[in-house]
Amino acid sequence: MGYPHAPHARETVVLSKYFGDSEATTLDGWRKRGGYVALEKALGMTPAEIVGIVKDSGLRGRGGAGFPTGMKWSFMKPGDGKPHYLCCNADESEPGTFKDREIMRWTPHALIEGCAIGAYAIGAETAYIYIRGEFTEPLQRMEAAVREARAAGVIGPNAMGTGKRVDVWVHKGAGAYICGEETALMNSLEGRRGNPRIKPPFPAVAGVFGQPTTINNVETLAAVPHILNNGAEWYKKFARPDNPKSTGTKLWSVCGNVARPGNYEVVMGFPFKDFLYDLCGGPLPGRKFKAVIPGGSSVPIMNMEEAEAAVMDYEGMVAKGSMLGSAGCIVIDDAQCMVKQIARLARFYAHESCAQCTQCREGTAWTTKIMERIEAGEGSMDDLDTLLEIGDSMTGKTICVLSDSCAVPVVSGIQKWRHEFEAHINGKRCPFRAAAAA
Amino acid sequence: MADVKTINLTIEGRPVAVAEGTSILEAARTAGVLIPHYCYHPALPVAGVCRMCLVEVEKAPKLAPACATSVAEGQVVHVHSEKAREARKGVLEMLLINHPLDCPICDQAGECELQDYTFQEGRKDSRYKEPKRFNPMEDFGGDVVYVPNRCILCTRCVRYMDDVAQDPVLNVSERGDRAYIGKFEGKDLTHPWAGNVVDLCPVGALLSKDFLNKARAWELDRTASICPNCTQGCNAIIETRDNVVVRMRPRGNPDVNEFFLCDTGRLDYRWMNGPNRLELPAVRNGTVLVDADWDVALGAAATVLRGKRALVLASPMLSNEALHLLSRVVKATGGTGAFRVARGPEAPLPGVKDLALRSERAANVVGAEKLGFTKTDTPLAGMRDGDVLLIVNHALTEAEIATANRASAVVFVGTTLPAGLTNVAAVLPITNFAEEEGTFTNLRGRVQRFLQAKAAPGLARPSWFVLADLLASLGETTNYFVPSEVFAALAASHPEFAGLSYDALGLRGLPVVGAAQPAGAPS
Repeated sequence: MGYPHAPHARETVVLSKYFGDSEATTLDGWRKRGGYVALEKALGMTPAEIVGIVKDSGLRGRGGAGFPTGMKWSFMKPGDGKPHYLCCNADESEPGTFKDREIMRWTPHALIEGCAIGAYAIGAETAYIYIRGEFTEPLQRMEAAVREARAAGVIGPNAMGTGKRVDVWVHKGAGAYICGEETALMNSLEGRRGNPRIKPPFPAVAGVFGQPTTINNVETLAAVPHILNNGAEWYKKFARPDNPKSTGTKLWSVCGNVARPGNYEVVMGFPFKDFLYDLCGGPLPGRKFKAVIPGGSSVPIMNMEEAEAAVMDYEGMVAKGSMLGSAGCIVIDDAQCMVKQIARLARFYAHESCAQCTQCREGTAWTTKIMERIEAGEGSMDDLDTLLEIGDSMTGKTICVLSDSCAVPVVSGIQKWRHEFEAHINGKRCPFRAAAAA
Repeated sequence: MADVKTINLTIEGRPVAVAEGTSILEAARTAGVLIPHYCYHPALPVAGVCRMCLVEVEKAPKLAPACATSVAEGQVVHVHSEKAREARKGVLEMLLINHPLDCPICDQAGECELQDYTFQEGRKDSRYKEPKRFNPMEDFGGDVVYVPNRCILCTRCVRYMDDVAQDPVLNVSERGDRAYIGKFEGKDLTHPWAGNVVDLCPVGALLSKDFLNKARAWELDRTASICPNCTQGCNAIIETRDNVVVRMRPRGNPDVNEFFLCDTGRLDYRWMNGPNRLELPAVRNGTVLVDADWDVALGAAATVLRGKRALVLASPMLSNEALHLLSRVVKATGGTGAFRVARGPEAPLPGVKDLALRSERAANVVGAEKLGFTKTDTPLAGMRDGDVLLIVNHALTEAEIATANRASAVVFVGTTLPAGLTNVAAVLPITNFAEEEGTFTNLRGRVQRFLQAKAAPGLARPSWFVLADLLASLGETTNYFVPSEVFAALAASHPEFAGLSYDALGLRGLPVVGAAQPAGAPS
């Protein structure tokens, strides 16, 4: 199986095994493929045992921050007398990222199973799956699967006949990038404007409806049943021998100027060069790679020297000046204008800023205006200094990191492709546009 | 309270000890360090959005918002370090890029925190080369207009309406730099306490229609006072320009009105500038009143009062001092004292305990009652044949004027002589509340001082001064040169006021003996 193409031989297919297999979307089909065995097993264990296994597996958050999942779960204090909640972040709004969408489209029951196990492990009776507003098909698939699972008693007041209550509810967002930020997601879920909250208090102390809450990404939760079925040791093997901090398989979304875009599942520590040239088929005919944004639009842009030397895990990407992020890999080739690409990213952040913090509200829009002016050939050299200084004002000073995320591609872009910026300014036109016209 | 842990920290090199859970911003305030801020307001939930209060905390990886960061033991905080100043400079530059920089025509100029901090630590120039965002002014209803171009989206107004007025009318509409303060469809800022959003707004984005383009902030003289428009006794500031009251604003007092003043209170000040004021004393000569010296007029008043029973109509807007002296006139003549109080609907501010526009619309109803005056809707009912009517600025209905004309004589002490009184023997002009000094007792028995905000017209004299002279003319002993001496005499003769003095009252007031203490107030 595979979607949209058959898996490459060097992929390690765990989460994406049934992508493209429409029978896997149904409850019966999922049971035939070994589904809900892990949930049954989990409900027979103590929550602490489950948290222990997940901790041992080294599973880390797949949404972007890479926080150890088991440790996050252990922040939820059992017996505190408060209702606990699990939120599954299925907002997947990071540009370049489309892996959670495929999990929900093809294996909705994998996510339900992960949510049910996660909820039980943190002492929650309710899990919410917060789905991005634009995800029409994943929403339908998830709703159908939840209905099926509830009707069959897999989830509900008597989950798997164990007498334990584990409810899963699907909540549709209205389509805002910022609602993928966990505290904004909680506000949105509560029916408020999706603005990030000040931390502390952290969600584990006061989250949804003011109660202790854990928020996990779709891919994180979907990996949990596999870990329970196969054990922590099995999961830990998917790693570089010299780096036990990143374990498991990872879904990578690849888009942009590349021969074979799509989702790929590889083990942590896979060489990025092989990935780009072998699995993804390299550049389009007659083109050369120029830059890669490896982890969604919010991470620093890599040049090819950095990218080709990088390995694909949390530490490997940091070592080469970027981050694994959401593993939404945007590939840019030599026919593209970096100024234009970065201006487009900045425009996205300016559009999506929630408008709470001054630096973000004003800075994202200002950055966009300067970037677009430079791209139009109307920039000056002092604009570059201004951009870098605005970038500094926007970094590390706001409630959430949207502002930082806007500054990151601009700052890394000016550092690594300053010559392209200068060509725009000195030539008073975009050299790429000129080349295309000639 | 005793088991709250005390946290010791250092702010700008000064040792500070505050209760656990205090924010760095409030802790700094106790040490006399102002951390610049916009969105933070002590009466509102913390938003942490303006990012102006970022401070450097030693050993912390990032700058911390002082409003949203609790103090920690041993913390060392730098407010004016290079890093913190640069961050604020960045915020100020961002706040100004789309701002019209129209201080010369902005009402807020001179009392604008954006202007102040920009002068203090902002950039001299702007690097912004792009066109500025423009949104038209909007009428928000009530007394409020919104100028979105000046708005810094601190959301104080939104939080006030949501959490304090509990009438959600305002919101943040749109996102990014298109965001503005929106008004929910079909709703207006008509809440009786909505006008406070104008004071809460740190910039010139929310303005009072009443005050619009009336005066520049630096032209105003400000006087600590008490709002006289109901029995709540909200602490207020009277602002005058060239001896004319142009604005009333709240003055913070956690025991009475927090930081707030209702729209009725803040907008009902025009009477203080009222026309038709009595400027000269007068006495009756045949059928007409003729101007006279103070001595002559006081003598004429004493002449008709002597040997008669006085029915005293005392305005509940008079100070405790005036009422105390008036009660002595009642006693000296063997008479009675009464008053009527105007009423209106009560309008609470839900987010603040025991704060409302009260139904009794006069400042000193409780003071008048404590000093022996009877509250009644028919204050003239007790008039007997041969009584002299002593009216001290008390309002009269037409029917009451007819009744008053049957008194053996009328002595009028007040600011404006009502038409239709035919038997006034003497007119003694007094200053109004804004023109004199004194105290009021609010509905919870709190005695609060108000200061003189403007000059008196003509030869009008303070009410306590005139009544002391009248007492002297009746042969009573008086020896008062300043109102504090009258108050001291009042406190000495009324056990409820025992121990109080002007010095002790200060500008926040104190409760009379036996008055219910506000919850949480230190005893």
